[in-house]
Amino acid sequence: MSDAAAPSLESRPGRLWLALSQNRLAWIGLALLALIVLVALLAPWLAPYDPLEQNIAARLEPPSAEYWLGTDSYGRDVLSRLIYGARVSLFVGFAAIVVAMLVGTTIGVISGYVGGLFDQIVMGVLDVMLAFPTLLLGLMIAAMLGASLENLIIAIAVTEIAPFARVARAPTISLRERDFVEACRSYGCGPVRIMTRHILPNMMSDVVVMSSLWLASAIRTEASLSFIGLGVPPPTATWGSMIREGFENILDAWWLAVFPSLAILVTVLALNLLGDALRDASDPRTQSR
Amino acid sequence: MTSFVLRRLLFAIPTLLVMLTAIFVLVRMVPGDAAQVVLGDQASAASLAALRAKLGLDQPVYVQYVSFLLNVARGDLGQSLSSGRSVIEEVGQVLPSTIELTAAAIGIGLLFGLPLGVAAALSRNGWIDYVSRVVSLIGLSFPAFVSGILMLIVFAIQLGWFPVLGGSGGRQSFAEHLRGLALPALNLGLIMTAYVMRVTRAAMLGVLTEDYIRTARAKGVGPVRLVARHALRNSLIPIITVVGLYFGTLIGNSVLTEIIFNRPGLGKLILGALNSRDYTLLQGLMIIFAICVIAVNTLTDLAYGLVDPRVKYS
Repeated sequence: MSDAAAPSLESRPGRLWLALSQNRLAWIGLALLALIVLVALLAPWLAPYDPLEQNIAARLEPPSAEYWLGTDSYGRDVLSRLIYGARVSLFVGFAAIVVAMLVGTTIGVISGYVGGLFDQIVMGVLDVMLAFPTLLLGLMIAAMLGASLENLIIAIAVTEIAPFARVARAPTISLRERDFVEACRSYGCGPVRIMTRHILPNMMSDVVVMSSLWLASAIRTEASLSFIGLGVPPPTATWGSMIREGFENILDAWWLAVFPSLAILVTVLALNLLGDALRDASDPRTQSR
Repeated sequence: MTSFVLRRLLFAIPTLLVMLTAIFVLVRMVPGDAAQVVLGDQASAASLAALRAKLGLDQPVYVQYVSFLLNVARGDLGQSLSSGRSVIEEVGQVLPSTIELTAAAIGIGLLFGLPLGVAAALSRNGWIDYVSRVVSLIGLSFPAFVSGILMLIVFAIQLGWFPVLGGSGGRQSFAEHLRGLALPALNLGLIMTAYVMRVTRAAMLGVLTEDYIRTARAKGVGPVRLVARHALRNSLIPIITVVGLYFGTLIGNSVLTEIIFNRPGLGKLILGALNSRDYTLLQGLMIIFAICVIAVNTLTDLAYGLVDPRVKYS
């Protein structure tokens, strides 16, 4: 079991490059992701209309030369809302992953370093969190805290803590026994110093590699919660809430639901393509396959 | 064997206790006064006090906690605030519909996922492998409600092959019932197919390089027998693990699918509880999910032994 964590001990700065050179699909993922991030950043310059501007005269217009992706039931331009929605979806997903990474990695490193009964109990609870339906966990937390941007981030972050903790714990257990940690301990390093200066830097690349896969999951959860109505409150455009509005008009305005659906699909797919390639490149067992 | 089963069952108790405590704390984190939230701003002081007493909110927290645990142990999950019926009754009424949907999805997932995974592993790096890997990655990227809406638009609204409102009440013939079940079950089942396919492929690739497979080949074992008797059997452990772990995702996806296809079930129950701020119903549902997840985890562990005689019960 301890062998499984061994490859993480060597630092591999060229891991991204390795992943890209081995896997053509990863290029597609990276290109798509770069495009989506660029669109989100340049939203004010790219969007043809104000995403919140209502135009009752032009409600539920199908896609046309004037409104490329049509308009919604308030006459707002779907393309502009889609472009601005990318900002919210990416920001919420990214913020949730950063929070989950901080909390999860801390729990994983401490649990793995302390070991014993404490470790067993922590891992037992994390196993249940891991098996608990992500959506329901997020849904319950968002429902109890109330709908707002911060609470949405917290709810999604909680659902992603367990995987981070597990990935951080495994290498910690083997690093704890390594000679350089032992050496440091022998001339008086405390546990905090060992964990932050010696263990953390040696496993951070594992954690970062996995985060692109979990970012995909976080963005999916954000969309699902927004779809249920627990996301960022209206009128802010998010992909999930756009689909929710589209679903209410599904019989007479297919474009409202279809375009944000495709946006979510492409984003999650891009992250998965990239994440898969990164994971394969960091796991020597899959390289031969 | 018996002691292994007992120990595994005993280990589930502290986990359940931690989960119940987390649920208890979470429900008490509802901002403001829960009774006020339920009854609204117009509520009189008397009715607020009555509801607080009914919910036990006038007791000290530790008393609430102990009676919460005792009630769960007795199987009493409280009453729905909006309908007044017991949580168990509410869930029991919609559960058959959800079980029917998820069972159909698991059937579809295994029916397509296992053969596709085997085929991909056997033609490793060939075109079947390549296509099925890309297709499964796309399947894994679909949030269930996105694929559900796209299916609804294409197959029910545009093509008219299936009813737009799935199993929405009333007396239906068996054929109509199946037609209503088809789209939601396919939606869940195809996403699950992607998971099963990936795991089967990976597990088969691991097994196919083993010595005993080469020995069997050398002995002249035919390809069908080789896969069915030698390779697939030994790949079943990781597959069972993932199907067990997938249970949580499946429940989450079925909630979204039920909402999209307007089927009765846990999804609509949860949505209704959210909209009416029925906190006792939500709390009860969380407890039921926690128990289900722990039960499935435990069963998955126990199932190893049935498939693999090498698993030591120690």
